[in-house]
Amino acid sequence: MTATPGANPTIVLVGHGMVGQRFLEALAERGLTATHRVVVLCEEPRPAYDRVALTSYFSGKTPEELSMTDMEFIAAQGIELHVGDPAVTVDRENRKVTARSGQVFDYDVLVLATGSYPFVPPVPNKDAEGCFVYRTIDDLLAIEEYAKRKATVGAVVGGGLLGLEAAGALKGLGLTSHIVEFAPRLMPVQVDDGGGAALLRTIEDMGLSVHTGVGTQEIVVDESGAVTGMKLSDGSELATDMVVFSAGVRPRDQLARDCGLTVGERGGITVDEQCRTVNDPHVFAIGECALASDGRVYGLVAPGYEQAETAAATIASDEASFVGADLSTKLKLLGVDVASFGDAHGTAEDCLDVVYSDSRSGLYKKLVIGRDGTLLGGILVGDADAYGTLRALTGSVPPVAPESLVLPADAGGGAQLGPSALPDEAVVCSCHNVTKGAIRGAVTEHSCTTVPEVKKCTKAGTGCGSCVKVLGQLVTAELEASGVEVDKGLCGCFGQTREELYEIVLALRINTYQDLLDRYGRDGARGGDGCDVCKPAVASIIASLAPTIGASGYVLDGEQAALQETNDHFLANLQKNGSYSVVPRIPGGEITPEGLIVIGEIARDFGLYTKITGGQRIDMFGARVEQLPLIWTRLVDAGFESGHAYGKSLRTVKSCVGQTWCRYGVQDSVRMAIDLELRYRGLRSPHKLKSAVSGCARECAEAQSKDFGVIATSNGWNLYVGGNGGATPRHADLLAQDLSDAELVRLIDRFLMFYIRTADRLERTSTWLERIPGGLDHVRDVVVEDSLGICEELESLMTAHVAHYADEWATTINDPEKLARFVSFVNAPDTPDPVVGFVPEREQIKPDLPLLTIGHRPLEGSAQR
Amino acid sequence: MTLAPETTDLKIQLRWGGHDEGPESWFTVCDLDVLLPGRGVAALLPDGRQVALFRDRGGALYAIDNRDPFSGAAVLSRGLTGTHQGRPFVASPLLKQRFDLLSGQCLDDETVRVTTYEVRAASPSLSGV
Ligand code: SRM
Ligand SMILES: Cc1cc2nc3c(=O)[nH]c(=O)nc-3n(C[C@H](O)[C@H](O)[C@H](O)COP(=O)(O)OP(=O)(O)OC[C@H]3O[C@@H](n4cnc5c(N)ncnc54)[C@H](O)[C@@H]3O)c2cc1C
Ligand code: SF4
Ligand code: FES
Repeated sequence: MTATPGANPTIVLVGHGMVGQRFLEALAERGLTATHRVVVLCEEPRPAYDRVALTSYFSGKTPEELSMTDMEFIAAQGIELHVGDPAVTVDRENRKVTARSGQVFDYDVLVLATGSYPFVPPVPNKDAEGCFVYRTIDDLLAIEEYAKRKATVGAVVGGGLLGLEAAGALKGLGLTSHIVEFAPRLMPVQVDDGGGAALLRTIEDMGLSVHTGVGTQEIVVDESGAVTGMKLSDGSELATDMVVFSAGVRPRDQLARDCGLTVGERGGITVDEQCRTVNDPHVFAIGECALASDGRVYGLVAPGYEQAETAAATIASDEASFVGADLSTKLKLLGVDVASFGDAHGTAEDCLDVVYSDSRSGLYKKLVIGRDGTLLGGILVGDADAYGTLRALTGSVPPVAPESLVLPADAGGGAQLGPSALPDEAVVCSCHNVTKGAIRGAVTEHSCTTVPEVKKCTKAGTGCGSCVKVLGQLVTAELEASGVEVDKGLCGCFGQTREELYEIVLALRINTYQDLLDRYGRDGARGGDGCDVCKPAVASIIASLAPTIGASGYVLDGEQAALQETNDHFLANLQKNGSYSVVPRIPGGEITPEGLIVIGEIARDFGLYTKITGGQRIDMFGARVEQLPLIWTRLVDAGFESGHAYGKSLRTVKSCVGQTWCRYGVQDSVRMAIDLELRYRGLRSPHKLKSAVSGCARECAEAQSKDFGVIATSNGWNLYVGGNGGATPRHADLLAQDLSDAELVRLIDRFLMFYIRTADRLERTSTWLERIPGGLDHVRDVVVEDSLGICEELESLMTAHVAHYADEWATTINDPEKLARFVSFVNAPDTPDPVVGFVPEREQIKPDLPLLTIGHRPLEGSAQR
Repeated sequence: MTLAPETTDLKIQLRWGGHDEGPESWFTVCDLDVLLPGRGVAALLPDGRQVALFRDRGGALYAIDNRDPFSGAAVLSRGLTGTHQGRPFVASPLLKQRFDLLSGQCLDDETVRVTTYEVRAASPSLSGV
């Protein structure tokens, strides 16, 4: 810090939570960090992090990843951030704040952003060992530690938003979970009875026990003082090893009370429209600790952000005010969509409800309509796709009958209220208050053509993210309206997408590339040679459908050989010096000592470099093309098969040791991994497919980073889809739970075939899932509920694949004509390519690279393989 | 480039040495039907140079240097072929840069070009070396 204390006016911020951090950013944007000394007192041991996403810690986010604080920003703005040092007293008379460390800071402006604390009902033994709250990263660390060490059953007190999250987290930790809610329904604040009932059913189906309408009377403890159960108001007792209180939050206003600031009857520091305390013009309060001028304490982050902006603007002497905010929320709780917006409970006079409820599928949708037809608010449970549009329409008369907005399409409703229906002044992103007009302007005036560009330009979609879907629709609509036509064709040869070509090939049983090109290619491309984009893409479609369309299932047969990428053509991976790597399949990563010895001997005899891959198998590098048949003859003899490391096809199904050896395992994960790997081996797909099976929720096989990942539960298997490592990692989404072996396999069959059918070329399941309209919910509808009625066909396509699988290396080494292709030189089959050379490294070899005159210039996007 | 007549015992030949050495300067590589339409093979010339040979769907033959100038590896014969604005090309199997099969010009970097060779399909009686 260079600024001399006292030289510049000082702003002291107490509390570095989400709103506090936003306030700092707002100060910087307004240039106030340059003219002021800014001191931050942060109570927690880490600077501001994403509390909204707290629960994602249990799905693998690290505390570092949750951080919202860019330390470079803090340093660059010269902000003095005191981590782990809370404010203990405020002396308003002398304008001083004292921190726990004893440091005293003079202030000109004091901003309180102390947030909330979890409310713990005053029941006996509430502080016993095994009782927790759910608010901070430290709380989660403690819960996790205790759950792993001591607990098999957990109970959550409170069935609101946070309670459900906490219960889901306990379940994820492998605990049997209970939810105890005093109100007669779940999420009493956000949803009404009908919505609560739909939610209840879905949540119980997931294996959580819900007890509504009962209060907690006492926590029962053993001699050592640790939790063993709880007594409920209906006289029953619930056995549990731990209790998480999630019964609401209260504003942290103690500091303010102690220094004589006015607080509300039910807490909250009373502020005016500028977020200034009503008693002291030098003190502001923002976020969850503030009681806003409309008499409310807001427990959501978006209103807090608005307050942060308002306070910063006021300090900068700009005009701004906070007079209240919309309580609309859209959440995904345990995989269930829950949204409420506007006057969700229908408190306005004379308003009417339109309700659609389907208990079988856990759907509940309610719209609140005013006498004049104005949409006032609503509740959506189970399917909140329409949330973005409906929220933006709130306050106006919808252009179509309200019931058509909530009825599903096959029940005569499902009116597609596209973004065109929204008025320009409709607020599309409520986190950042961005209107439809502003988004259109970003496209038309600032020539943004993609959602990321529009996000950057308008900030829309960068808060809670719930508006991103509508944002995408708006951008497309606007682009189309301005006449920008996007050619969605696969390449210069085909005007169709990969998906369309797949449908043509399947429907018309077209089984050669030439036929497809000559009949369906673009005008100038028919009769021609195609290109390096469509040839492998069509080769892959033909290979995936081979038995069904009457094509050969062998990728080197006839014309198919000419279409394959070089790796598929040589059934091996080309390396930088022109040599190849060899990867035999090792299903599930399980291998016998004999198998290891064979691989070792082969590698030794051919002088290959060996390495354990990231996919739980062994790669042998440095084979010359003419050595491939010799190496594979020995591998095939020893019972090995192609590992398809070269193909856009199933790679590996990793496993953990599971129940057989591991003390935690609940299913035989190795056997399942082997079964799955053998079932899907050789399946050609738009991009590579990876999988893993873990024996319990500890997830040692990293299944949630796979295209399809399986995690054992005590009742069967949970199936996750759409995970990805690589440059843009993505955690897989839960598709279905507690499946039997047969159900699991059937669902994966359908999922994979649906992906193969509809994905773009080189589109992993993760990007596919993010791209296709309706996303995960749509995929679940199609493959679990069979909403398109195609599951039988998907299954039979997979059955045909499985029945016709043959190891392509075994086929190749028995085919002299194909073997003749494995030479460096057509006119000197015995001469090795002299360019392929090696030098020693760490007792093995590495490529000896020729000196180049041109540098490496990989083409943007073209090196995908 | 020459159009190959539809006969089976034709050989692929490369012009070898200078352009004015007469008919004797054609170097015979292999049978024409070894070459799968749409794919390439590599041939070794007596002086150690490597040539990538391709045949397209119409039967036309092309020959360019086999060495990928971007990686240094001799792999262009293993790339995928196609047509771009009516002209035939091969995409390097390593980093996918495309080379015009008629001129050797790299389509993705105008400063790079590979050598081209004259190639024909001829009956063995015609061949020199
Ligand atoms: C050998 C191996 C590295 C190792 O030494 O461990 C490897 C090597 C290559 N990977 Fe990988 N990947 C290997 C495991 C992985 C993993 C880990 C895993 O599978 O659990 C990942 C992250 C998981 C994932 O894919 O989601 C991984 C993500 C990638 C990606 C990024 C994919 C993405 O969606 O972003 C590429 C590039 C691509 O496919 O476009 C890639 C591409 C490649 C290529 C094909 C690059 C290339 O074009 O030459 C490498 C060729 C290997 C060869 O020639 O044999 N490799 N690669 C691993 C082989 C596993 C196996 O047994 O089959
Ligand atoms: C699990 C969970 C899920 C949530 N999900 C959502 C959601 O989906 N959508 C949504 O809108 N909101 C959600 N919320 C609420 C949201 O996190 C809060 O609205 C938001 O964090 C409020 O920000 P804040 O800065 O006011 O308070 P906080 O983020 O709580 O920050 C206050 C900080 O001040 C510190 N502090 C307190 N006293 C002192 C002191 N004397 N000195 C120094 N520091 C002090 C505290 O330690 C804390 O770090 C969720 C909350 C939780 C816990
Ligand atoms: S994931 Fe597998 S190895 Fe890891 S703890 Fe669970 S059963 Fe054991
Ligand atoms: S509404 Fe939250 S980011 Fe747009």
